[in-house]
Amino acid sequence: MSEPVIRHYGPKAYADHPPFSYPDYRSTVKRSPTHDLIRIVQTLSETTGPGPAWTEISEEDTDLTTNTGTGSPAIGERIIVTGRVLDEHGRGMSDTVLEIWQPNASGRYAHWRETEFPAPLDPNFVGVGQCLTDVEGGYRFTTIKPGPYPWGNHPNAWRPSHIHFSIMGSSLGMRLVTQMYFPGDPLIPLDPIFNSVPAHARSRMIANYDHDVTEANWALGYRWDIVLRGKRATPMDEGGD
Amino acid sequence: MSQLLGQTPSQTVGPYYTLRLYREGENILVGPGRPGRIAIRGRVLDGDRKPIEDALLEIWQANSVGRYRHPDDTRELAINNGFSGFGRAITDFETGEYTFETLKPGPVPDVEGVFQAPHISLIVQGRGMLNPVFTRIYFSDEDEANRDDLILRTVPADRRGTLIAELVDDGEPRVYRFDVLFQGDDETVFFDF
Repeated sequence: MSEPVIRHYGPKAYADHPPFSYPDYRSTVKRSPTHDLIRIVQTLSETTGPGPAWTEISEEDTDLTTNTGTGSPAIGERIIVTGRVLDEHGRGMSDTVLEIWQPNASGRYAHWRETEFPAPLDPNFVGVGQCLTDVEGGYRFTTIKPGPYPWGNHPNAWRPSHIHFSIMGSSLGMRLVTQMYFPGDPLIPLDPIFNSVPAHARSRMIANYDHDVTEANWALGYRWDIVLRGKRATPMDEGGD
Repeated sequence: MSQLLGQTPSQTVGPYYTLRLYREGENILVGPGRPGRIAIRGRVLDGDRKPIEDALLEIWQANSVGRYRHPDDTRELAINNGFSGFGRAITDFETGEYTFETLKPGPVPDVEGVFQAPHISLIVQGRGMLNPVFTRIYFSDEDEANRDDLILRTVPADRRGTLIAELVDDGEPRVYRFDVLFQGDDETVFFDF
């Protein structure tokens, strides 16, 4: 009987991620651990993950402007968001599940939660998509540029335009949920969720406008790469560094 | 060592993640009648012990013979038909309660080649959580295996109980309770790996 392969990966770079508790984002105060995390070794339970077994991905899921199935396109500024999922060593991460969700062009989520923000829903836009990265870790979505919206964190608080990204790779410990922001958005410096990240790492969450991605008479293009914890290439790398 | 690329920072799932990250039925990994089927129920409680009504729970586990559905698990063990080992649940907006229906996982080896006690990996996220937290669900009717488990032995003895789901109904399915608590002396153990 052959032994399972244990592919260890490098540590989470805590200095590049937000703290658990960040009082400027009020809801973190009671929803954050206060004990130190307990460091454990990576076993097969930590080095495996659900990414490779994921099956329900269809091509339609990458175009949020049409994937409601109503036959009519969503309203708003059509954009292309593309890039690669890499590990820290710059290797493309294939077979990684990306799931995204966002509000519509007016800043309204098609969600049942009540909101006091009287922005219209768009019957042709749900704001969800998913894709599996290709062999080089590449992904590409077509969507509508999301609008900013108010939230209750503090008086006159507004979230900058953003798209939520969930990344589910081949290892549990590489699980990442983050948000992609747009360059030049004046709300970014005012946003406690964005600012919860240490200053040196914040720009990694902002996409770049890329005219090579922009398609004539169709859509503006943004490029955004996502970097996950680095998995060692082979089990033989163990103890090599 | 070459320069590493900087990791993309974590951000909260916010209040609207159910648009994409949960679809009805994703918490039911196996249906009624399946041998070895269990239910796990519980709540996610904040620092004031109020239910977190919009938490996302993701589980990852081996099947009933201890095999992960993953290319790195090359052991010649059966793959249960249609069992992915991955599930998602959300806490109920009114009661704060979540439920999974799944299989009791079989044993998986640790790094020393010794079998670990049966366990399910759990990731909890939610509005107000800037990072996911990682923990494990063990089972109260596996006393002996729990005593020898490499990971449980890493945890201070007085906190191990926070990782053990309590068998509350020995029927069909067997029902376990597992609450996730933030803050306080009885805070659930969260892992870094």
